[in-house]
Amino acid sequence: MLSTDTDILSAAQSWRRDGRAVALATVIETWGSAPRPVGSHLAVDGDGNFLGSVSGGCVEGAVITEALEVIEAGTPRVLEFGVADETAWRAGLSCGGRIRVFVERVD
Amino acid sequence: MRSDILAALNDERAARRAAILVTDIADGAQRLVRESDLAVDPLADVLAKHLASGKSGLVEADGRTLFLTVQVPPVRLVVVGAVHISQAMAPMAAGLDLALTVIDPRTAFATPERFPGIALVAEWPDAALGTTVPVLDRYCALAALTHDPKIDDPALKAALAAECFYVGALGSRKTHAARVARLTEAGFTPAQIGRIHAPIGLPIGAVSPAEIALAVLAEVVACLRRAPRSEVA
Repeated sequence: MLSTDTDILSAAQSWRRDGRAVALATVIETWGSAPRPVGSHLAVDGDGNFLGSVSGGCVEGAVITEALEVIEAGTPRVLEFGVADETAWRAGLSCGGRIRVFVERVD
Repeated sequence: MRSDILAALNDERAARRAAILVTDIADGAQRLVRESDLAVDPLADVLAKHLASGKSGLVEADGRTLFLTVQVPPVRLVVVGAVHISQAMAPMAAGLDLALTVIDPRTAFATPERFPGIALVAEWPDAALGTTVPVLDRYCALAALTHDPKIDDPALKAALAAECFYVGALGSRKTHAARVARLTEAGFTPAQIGRIHAPIGLPIGAVSPAEIALAVLAEVVACLRRAPRSEVA
C-alpha cells in the first residue's frame, strides 16, 4: 500500500474526530489499465472536500457525488466505472480501464 | 466503517504492525484482523497469503464477497558496513522500495561521498540501533557485511532479538562457525542462530560486489515474499 493511501486513512480519522461527516472510497477491483491500484483510497467530507485518489482524476467527481449520498444515507455502495459504463456514468476512464470502488460512511 | 476500527487500523500502522481490514462489500460489515490474531482467524490461510504479498484484494468466502485492505509496514533494510557491496546495493534497494540505512563506525568508510543520498550512520551498531536508527522489528532485514565481529556481532544480536524477517552475515563457513560459537557463548539458541543466512545471499555464484549485493537482495525478497512471516520467523 502506498504511503499516501495510509496518510488518507489518518486524515479521515482526524476529520471524523473534528466532527466532520466523512466517507471513504476504496478501489476494490481493477481491469485493464486502471490508473490507481487496488486499495487506493479517497476520503470525502460532508462539504465535498476530498483527499486522495481512486482514478488519478478521471472519475473523482462522480465518486464524490456518490460519497455525499452515502454520507446522507449511511448505506455503503459499490460503484463501477469504465468505458462500457460511459453513458450511464458520464465519467468514463479514458485510459480504457475499469474499476470498482467501494464507498462507505465513517460512523 | 466504524471510527474505532479506523482508529485501530491507524494505530497498527503507526506501531509498524501488519493488519488486514476485512470488509463485506454487500453490507459494509467489517472487522480488523491484527497480525498477532491471524493464526486463529477463520480465514487464516487466505489472510496469510495476502499478508505475504502485501496486496489488497477481493476474496470469496462462504458465499460472501470480502475486500481485504492489507496494511503492511514499509520494509526497512539495515546494512552494517559501508563497504563496496553496500555501495552497489544502494540503488538496487531503492528500486525494490527497501528503505536502506547503512551503519559503520569507521568514518573512512561511512562518507556521504561514497553513499550519496543514503541514510548513513557513522556509529557503532549497538549505539545507533534504537537511537539514531529506529529500533529493529519484524519488518526489518539486517545484513552484516563488515567481516569484523566487533561491528557485526552487536548488530546480529539485535536483529535476532528483534526477530527481523531476514538476518544475513557475510563470511566464509569458517568465519561463520566462529560466529556461531560466539553467539552460543552469548546465550543465543541454535534455533535463533540458525536464522542467520550465512554464507550470505542466494547461491548464484556471485563474484563482484554488485553480484553479491544482488544475491543478498534476492534472498531478502525471498524471505519477505515466499512464505508468511510467521513461518519465516
